[in-house]
Amino acid sequence: MRIDPTHGIVGAAGPRVDGLAQATGTLRFLDDLAYPDMLWGKILRSHHGHARIVSIDTSRAEALPGVHAVLTGADLPVAFGLLPVSQDEHALAVDKVRQVGDPVAAVAADDPDVAEAACELIDVVYEPLPVVTSIEEAVAVVDEPIHGEGPRDNRHREVSLEFGDVDAGFEAADHVREDVFFYQGNTHAALEPHGALALVDETGRLHLWSSTQVPHYLHRIAAKVLELPEHRIRVTANPTGGGFGAKTDVFSHELVAAKLALVTGRPVKIVLTREEVFYCHRGRHPVLMWFKTGFTADGRITAMWCRTYLDGGAYGSYGAASLLYTGQLQTTTYRIPAYRFQGARFFTNKPACGPKRGHGTPQPRFGLEIHLDKAAEDLGLDPVTIRKRNLVRPFSTTVNHLRITSCGLEECLDRVVAASGFADKHRSLPPGRGVGLAVGAYMSGAGLPIYFNDMPQSEVMVKVDRGGLVTVYSMAADCGQGSTTMLATVVGEALGLDPGDLKVVTADTDLTPIDLGSYSSRVTFMAGNAALEAAMKLADLVLTAVADELDVDPDEVAIGRGVVTAAGRELTWAEAVRIAEARWGLLSATGSYKPPKDIKGDYKGAGVGPSPAYSYSACVAEVDCDPETGFVTVEKIWLAHDVGRAINELLVRGQVEGSVHMALGEALMEEQAFRGALHDGPSLLDYKIPTVLEMPPVETILVESVDPEGPFGAKEVGQGPLLPVMPAIANAVHDALGIRVDEVPLRPDKLLAALRDLERGGEGRYGPTKLPDYEFRSPLPVEPPPEFR
Amino acid sequence: MLRLPVLRHAAPTTLDEAIELLAAEGTMLAAGGTDLVPNLKRRQYPEAKTIVSLRRIPELRGIDLLDDGSLRIGALTTLAELVADDRAAPALREAARAVASPQLRSRGTVGGNLCVDTRCHWLNVPETWRRAAEPCLKAGGDTCWVAPAKRFCWAVSSTDLAPMAIALDATVELAGPEGRRRIPLEELYRNDGMAHLTKAPDEILVALVVPPLGDRRAGYRKLRRRGSIDFPILGVAARLGFDGEVCTDARLVVGAIVSAPLRLPQVEALLEGRPLDAATIRAAAEAAGKAVRPMSNTDLTSRYRKRMVPVFVRRLLDELVGASGATATS
Repeated sequence: MRIDPTHGIVGAAGPRVDGLAQATGTLRFLDDLAYPDMLWGKILRSHHGHARIVSIDTSRAEALPGVHAVLTGADLPVAFGLLPVSQDEHALAVDKVRQVGDPVAAVAADDPDVAEAACELIDVVYEPLPVVTSIEEAVAVVDEPIHGEGPRDNRHREVSLEFGDVDAGFEAADHVREDVFFYQGNTHAALEPHGALALVDETGRLHLWSSTQVPHYLHRIAAKVLELPEHRIRVTANPTGGGFGAKTDVFSHELVAAKLALVTGRPVKIVLTREEVFYCHRGRHPVLMWFKTGFTADGRITAMWCRTYLDGGAYGSYGAASLLYTGQLQTTTYRIPAYRFQGARFFTNKPACGPKRGHGTPQPRFGLEIHLDKAAEDLGLDPVTIRKRNLVRPFSTTVNHLRITSCGLEECLDRVVAASGFADKHRSLPPGRGVGLAVGAYMSGAGLPIYFNDMPQSEVMVKVDRGGLVTVYSMAADCGQGSTTMLATVVGEALGLDPGDLKVVTADTDLTPIDLGSYSSRVTFMAGNAALEAAMKLADLVLTAVADELDVDPDEVAIGRGVVTAAGRELTWAEAVRIAEARWGLLSATGSYKPPKDIKGDYKGAGVGPSPAYSYSACVAEVDCDPETGFVTVEKIWLAHDVGRAINELLVRGQVEGSVHMALGEALMEEQAFRGALHDGPSLLDYKIPTVLEMPPVETILVESVDPEGPFGAKEVGQGPLLPVMPAIANAVHDALGIRVDEVPLRPDKLLAALRDLERGGEGRYGPTKLPDYEFRSPLPVEPPPEFR
Repeated sequence: MLRLPVLRHAAPTTLDEAIELLAAEGTMLAAGGTDLVPNLKRRQYPEAKTIVSLRRIPELRGIDLLDDGSLRIGALTTLAELVADDRAAPALREAARAVASPQLRSRGTVGGNLCVDTRCHWLNVPETWRRAAEPCLKAGGDTCWVAPAKRFCWAVSSTDLAPMAIALDATVELAGPEGRRRIPLEELYRNDGMAHLTKAPDEILVALVVPPLGDRRAGYRKLRRRGSIDFPILGVAARLGFDGEVCTDARLVVGAIVSAPLRLPQVEALLEGRPLDAATIRAAAEAAGKAVRPMSNTDLTSRYRKRMVPVFVRRLLDELVGASGATATS
């Protein structure tokens, strides 16, 4: 049911409810927590990329004064993993280490220096094993695979699907083109390093605080690994100093801090170093990809075949989902009548990849948007026209059975093209300058939960006291995206109250009802809907009670800004609430959200990609390239985003600008690179993130398509705006210099290599040309929806 | 956060006291500490036992204009103070402004930047990382991983200030147990990543003295990935004097190539005694490119950095020639 805001609270650009605390440094991050008798935990990590653990001797560490406990893998033997299909991690290594940085042993000590010294005294004997550090190596059969028994290759998962008759689509095409792209891995680099603190409380229950985006999953996994019932564990997620997906997995330090607290009976805190954060990773997968697409002469897609190869790192993590994401969302922006997707994820002896802003979709989006640009050039079309000929329509179904509802893609495209003057600038700017265009789409929450269940994904409870204070309870974890402000705003809008006057209790498994976590851009849509339902129920209780009390028709009672009006009378909110409490008793209400069931297909793999709504973005980048140094200066970014409806315009714009900044780093400089199994530079000096000096002006255009199912029509904004930026920059570099750099980051040396290729009569390209020697199984045919038959 | 090793901290108030302290084993000097502290946290100086801070020695502070027009810059002058001092040559201020980030320039010092330790991506990494590789030469091992064939450390000189100050014919005052001495700044350095400074361990750099520029032109260009924070991966400093259109004296110094700032006299010779037309500048730039061989020990590839040398030299010379109005360049 569509509910429109009437109080001017939704849509305003008010401050975050926690903004003052953030700005003044009073918000309590994990590392701000301390207890008088607290111990410091430290994890000893592997310096081998791949090795068998022959023996661990902890006796010298245990003998060090100030050491209270030493743990090894034997103390935490239960395997875990965030996805039910990937239970392949241990809190501390058992038998084998698979990457530099794998946790091997842990200590709790009086202070951090003793903890560090104790780690030095743990004697581990390793038997080094051959390391696998690339997809090319991972496809080979080896005696000692990273997981499982050999000899076999290091493939983790494979998918091979076909929707409709792709070969027939290629047959019918006037033009078919193939391209290979590589998207280098990169990491989240949230400013706050991960940390956890655990203690056993006065009732004997374990309380675990963590800088996590997923308190519920941490709760479940902690119960499993610590072998405690869930009701004996309380998890609190602290506000995080950035997450971007980095803190959506469960990590060794969280489980180890908990176990150390249980063993010692004292609070234990572990805060990771930046180097350890780089080893936790779960960031962007390096993806090698190949696109083959057929077009009619006027640019309509007849069929597409996409193959992706993911370098997954040492563990499964979210990888089984990441793999599907590299193929599933291509159909959400363009109508593809026949589609074949084959992908494989491989284990390598590097930190595990996982979900980073855009989870698995920025890589194929980069390839697809450049591929389309190249096809447009082949066909003598401009980049806008070829996209317009293929745009997905609102309220339609894709060939892979994704349900599209509200879709402001065309408006995004039109407005960004108009605002940037793209048509006048494209192919018309002086040498070295260029413009590029790309679009993207992203989910407003994954349609399916991570573990199979039929319960809601989000639940919210609201309660009002006699003074009129409304308290909102939700497990949604604010990872900086503003979910706490969103909850206060949605409930505030429904009740006519200023968001800053509400109290929001979040992210605590003892106190708050379920929210699955801050990932897949799900919180505004799902927790927002649950909050709206609860608030509407509460409003109804108040309105009914006031109507009874004043003996008027319920239709004559209305909620205004901080007041309830009825038949010419005006009550303050608190007065109205007291009438309602007298009528009903404790004033509280709950709301729940579960995505509709009819948004997905019925095939293996259909669970990844469906969402109750998709956001849409279009981007134009204008660049200035130095042909002698290969440096790219992004002069300006125009970004139009269909957010459905902006709950808080300031936060929406902030998410767009933050996405552009992150995208700029991915496009131009950030890379999680390695020397063998060794990270190329696990520090914020060596890992290059753009500074404020590299950040161009961003013109943000908000498109409000008002989704019929979103809270007040809202959709996501946290991830989608990142997607089109990288390909827009790459397409702009092509417009500027006539070269194609078909991989990120577009480092200056790669631009120079492409320019040299051009000078020598080549096509002026830098990028991958070969695919790994890997045979996919033949695709599983899936019957497309009726409109494609 | 990485932890500092356990260290003694001494804060003498006079130079003599500081020099005396330095006689002991395992002492290290600290000025602003912006480079020393992270290096200590990465356990790059296992021999360090005592940090001798120079911050309480008043004599090391302040910028003075001397009678001969030279500027004497106390070693503990912060980079931000130098940037803000309009008595200093604009090129020197520009080089100081190219160091690190605004926050670090408020703390980092002129003496600290001149003495800043050489860097390498096999060394300036956490100790736990270094353990995964055999320790390199500078970390106490037997092999330089940048060029394993030779037992030599290629860690790269990473000062922005030194190339520019050398091009400006600067000198430095050193104080040690034997008293004071003054040497050309160029002679403070040696091309050895393990021991890149010629001063004795118990000598303290007291001041940088920069002669007046007169009507000569000078400039500095720095290659780095980002507009702030990053160390140079190439620095080019030049000073040119003219008589009419003819270049009468030239200084060209490149930084961040080897373990010391590298003056290129063979390139200077190509510039001196002739008008600096486009062809001359191009020839000099190409010669500079041929004269240097960066190693794979910092950001971006060595091949790329070598390719940038002629580009940066040519652009700097073009800019200086254009600014002098001596010769039109194409």
